[in-house]
Amino acid sequence: MKRRINVWSNIDWFTVFLYLLLVIIGWLNIYSAVYTEENQSIFDFSQRYGKQMIWIIAAFFIAFFVILIDSNFYSFFSYFLHFIVLFLLIAVTLIGEEVHGTRAWFEIGGVRFQPAEFAKITTSLALARYLSSFNVELNRFKSFLTVAMIILAPAALILIQGDSGSALIFLAFVLVLYRQGLSLGVLLLGVYVLALFILALILEKLTIIFGSIGIAFILLWILTGRFKYVLISGLVLGIAGGIFYGADYYFQWNVPVYFIILGALVVSSIFYLMISYWYKIPRFFLVLLFVFGSIGVTYSVDHVFNNFLQTHQQRRISQLLGLESDPLGAGYNVNQSKIAIGSGGLKGKGFLNGTQTKFDFVPEQSTDFIFCTIGEEWGFIGSFVMIALFVTLLLRLIVLAERQKSVFSRIYGYGVISVIFFHFLVNIGMTIGLVPVIGIPLPFISYGGSSLWAFTILLFIFLRLDVSRLKELS
Amino acid sequence: MDTFAIRRNIIGVVIIATALIFLIKLFFIQAVDQSYQLSAENNVVRRITQYPARGLIYDRNGEMLVYNQAAYDIMVTPQHLGSFDTTEFCKLLDIERDYLNKKLNEAKEYSYYKPSVFLKLVSSETYAKLQEQLYQFPGFFVQPRTVRRYRYDGAAHLLGYVGEVSDKMVDTNNYYQAGDYVGISGIEKSYEEQLRGEKGLKVYLVDVHNRIKGSYREGRWDREAEAGKNLTTTIDMDLQRYGEKLMKNKIGSIVAIEPETGEILALVSSPTYDPGLLVGRPRSKNFKKLDTDTLKPLFNRALMARYPPGSTFKVVNALIGKQENVLYNSTTYECHGGFRSGSFFMGCHNHPSPQDLIGSIKVSCNTYYANVFKRILQDSEFNNVSSAFTNWKQYLESFGFGTRMKIDLVNEAPGFLPSVDYYNKYYGANRWSYLTVISLAIGQGELGITPLQMANMTSIIANRGYYYTPHVIRNIEGEEQIPSRFRQKHETMIDSSVFRPVIEGMDLAVNGEPGTGSTARTAAIKDITVCGKTGTAENPHGKDHSIFIAFAPKEDPKIALSVYIENGGFGATWAAPTAKLMIEKYLQREISVKWWEDYVLNANLLNPKEDDEEKD
Repeated sequence: MKRRINVWSNIDWFTVFLYLLLVIIGWLNIYSAVYTEENQSIFDFSQRYGKQMIWIIAAFFIAFFVILIDSNFYSFFSYFLHFIVLFLLIAVTLIGEEVHGTRAWFEIGGVRFQPAEFAKITTSLALARYLSSFNVELNRFKSFLTVAMIILAPAALILIQGDSGSALIFLAFVLVLYRQGLSLGVLLLGVYVLALFILALILEKLTIIFGSIGIAFILLWILTGRFKYVLISGLVLGIAGGIFYGADYYFQWNVPVYFIILGALVVSSIFYLMISYWYKIPRFFLVLLFVFGSIGVTYSVDHVFNNFLQTHQQRRISQLLGLESDPLGAGYNVNQSKIAIGSGGLKGKGFLNGTQTKFDFVPEQSTDFIFCTIGEEWGFIGSFVMIALFVTLLLRLIVLAERQKSVFSRIYGYGVISVIFFHFLVNIGMTIGLVPVIGIPLPFISYGGSSLWAFTILLFIFLRLDVSRLKELS
Repeated sequence: MDTFAIRRNIIGVVIIATALIFLIKLFFIQAVDQSYQLSAENNVVRRITQYPARGLIYDRNGEMLVYNQAAYDIMVTPQHLGSFDTTEFCKLLDIERDYLNKKLNEAKEYSYYKPSVFLKLVSSETYAKLQEQLYQFPGFFVQPRTVRRYRYDGAAHLLGYVGEVSDKMVDTNNYYQAGDYVGISGIEKSYEEQLRGEKGLKVYLVDVHNRIKGSYREGRWDREAEAGKNLTTTIDMDLQRYGEKLMKNKIGSIVAIEPETGEILALVSSPTYDPGLLVGRPRSKNFKKLDTDTLKPLFNRALMARYPPGSTFKVVNALIGKQENVLYNSTTYECHGGFRSGSFFMGCHNHPSPQDLIGSIKVSCNTYYANVFKRILQDSEFNNVSSAFTNWKQYLESFGFGTRMKIDLVNEAPGFLPSVDYYNKYYGANRWSYLTVISLAIGQGELGITPLQMANMTSIIANRGYYYTPHVIRNIEGEEQIPSRFRQKHETMIDSSVFRPVIEGMDLAVNGEPGTGSTARTAAIKDITVCGKTGTAENPHGKDHSIFIAFAPKEDPKIALSVYIENGGFGATWAAPTAKLMIEKYLQREISVKWWEDYVLNANLLNPKEDDEEKD
């Protein structure tokens, strides 16, 4: 017998409270970011803060309805909703408005609507649905492929629209997969490739090859558990290297050191492969794959960087890595952002007193760089509170996710956590110069109707699912 | 799935770790690193110095001599430079692209955040054109300045000029910043503090487009500029310009003083230059030209040249002789061509002989003064030459010779008076006597007197025994009196009564009957009793120098002057007529005998031919 669940008494009010807090803080900071002496009333609807107020009120209504809808609806229609969004993503590429060089918006009766925002929700739903069904073993190739499709389909479509920032956030779902059992090895490999990509831009090729060989030895030791293999391999490599170096010296070929080592490695590898085969030590093979894979990635990094990234993306990355410094050009945003935040000091300059914000030194200060207003006007204390709020929200959501009986609800919960965490990481990281400039909003805080509604829906679906956990008891 | 539950902890840790990394970085940026605060300030705060109007300068009759005109410096702050239409910009300012790039690089090197001067002193027209378009050129702003304008082409040395403050001065004096203007010579420098006023400050807040948004902290740090004080000088500009005109194509100096007060009526150094040349943008170019001119127009001969005074010095020896009681009105000496002592001979020109004291001045007899000098050094109450000489020197010092007069203009030479030690070193102690240094009797030898000192000497005679330190300041706005040192009477060591015969002699030198030997008849003016003394200084390198001192009228004198014309020959030839014209101009305003005026005006003494040396 089903108990009638009183939704309103069981909803997690703590999370709702955090949500309200963030939304209102966001609203106040948008006010401050856009405030000029001419337009002082906070209720001015021609200004962004006025509009944001409307979006907020609308969001409350949306949240209200989301809560009321039965949670089975969400799981039942997950795939369907995902397809609808995919369809919209295709449609907007064809008939949407062009804004800021991307074709990502529908304009209906003066209201702008961005399907990409809602793709985050449906991807979480679809992913949760799929991973919670039977016969799904994440580390099996077929399952992994399906999962990849669910995530990459919207990402690719968004990339085609031209909004690489929004496409990038689908990377967040890796966290969901990790929680669901994705092998740590795969995750680490992904991290390693990313690190390699970055290091390849900063360090010399020679350093990288040495580094890879070093790591390879360590790997060998870990994988085989026997130090003597490392010793023998090292010896072989050393002898081969010595021979090559001596030959070069003697014959005055003047081959660059890099190629000498590469040659020695290739020759040694033949030896290793023989050992691997005869002594049945497959791990050797893996390690070799690792080394040559690294070298391969290193070579391709340049190629990808120069040929696949757009100029402004290249420059943003170069800026971040300190490869080039051009405060008036590509680095201007981050530079001004850091100045605004840094000048806030410990206690901040006070509400509406942020000079950098007031005089428009920070671009996009009500959207992507909203954190600057907080940093400048509320100082380190403000930054601390802001970050603490987000961390509290995320940790609370983890608690909620873990207490779910339904696998679907839990996975969806992690979807919410991943998406919010990723936005948090990239947005704030960008404003303080730790992450390249990627234009994505700060959830609940940044100005924007689509963004606010999407995050509201994302969150409140989970709150509704959370209420339903009590249902399972019966 | 629950086997992976442990991963929730890892995810939690990752979230917290990220937050911690952010907080650490934020702590560094916000709490530890102060440079962002500075950058933020530089973004929004614009300090604009308010330069006050520099004090105006007037002459003694209220004629305005120096005034101000607005000019504009274009400043640039590299931090705020955006992209702009460089072609348009160069066209508006009438500059070359190369200049633009060069200056921008210089500005960036000087400081990325602080403004520096991009283009100095553009005209009001250019400023007006630019100001409308300035918003198109982020990073540039305009700093209003004032430059000096000279109403007349005259008194360049006296007025001085204004230029940019030197690096050294910026370091030592807090008031000045690099790029400020400061008086460099003349009155502009002596009275710099009064003329410059007090700089003000306005602190503004600007937005990212460099538009002024309001005052910083409601103008708490704003300061009104205080205008500089106006000055009235003692100069009679009419007389000054007349003197400069007379001295055209001649090298030398005229100094005219009002004896009663020590006020300088004219201070002429020739060749001179137009003060308007050293103003504004063409300044350095013009300065270089003047500086390398072989005739040295920048050299102020009135204050800096050390000349031997020649026969004009005889009046001083006469006064000293009388005061020392070795000379009387009735003392006479024979002169038959010169002074003899042993094998020594000093020539004298042809004149009636013998002469008494008054006559000796009228005819300017060398022999007479050789004797007087001998008596001063030998027959004094002192029983050795050294003491007598030192005594004689003291008289001279009381006249203001040998040291700076401390006039209120910079760069004044002290002149030179020989001392006992000087001759001791040269000849050996007790190895010299009056005869060794007899040329001092007639104003030759080791004597260096500036034209200013000569004019002052004339003042002393006009006043019958005292002088006030010559000065050029008549009034400082807002101050009751001029500096006290100019109001102090300096008595010489000569009694007032001693002056009478000397003045008589000077009267007769100018106004004596023709044919009686008066040396200065060329200085006579109808209806005015001019008293004067000629001088002709020996010049081993060329023609002798023409010298004349005079004051008028004889009773209640109003003007005392010295005229020194290099390579002018006899004192009577050029210096005396010049003095006459100056006196007449000052006392009558009109010149009665135009012929004299034309005579002096048209003379060109710059390339003198070698002449026979003749002494006066």
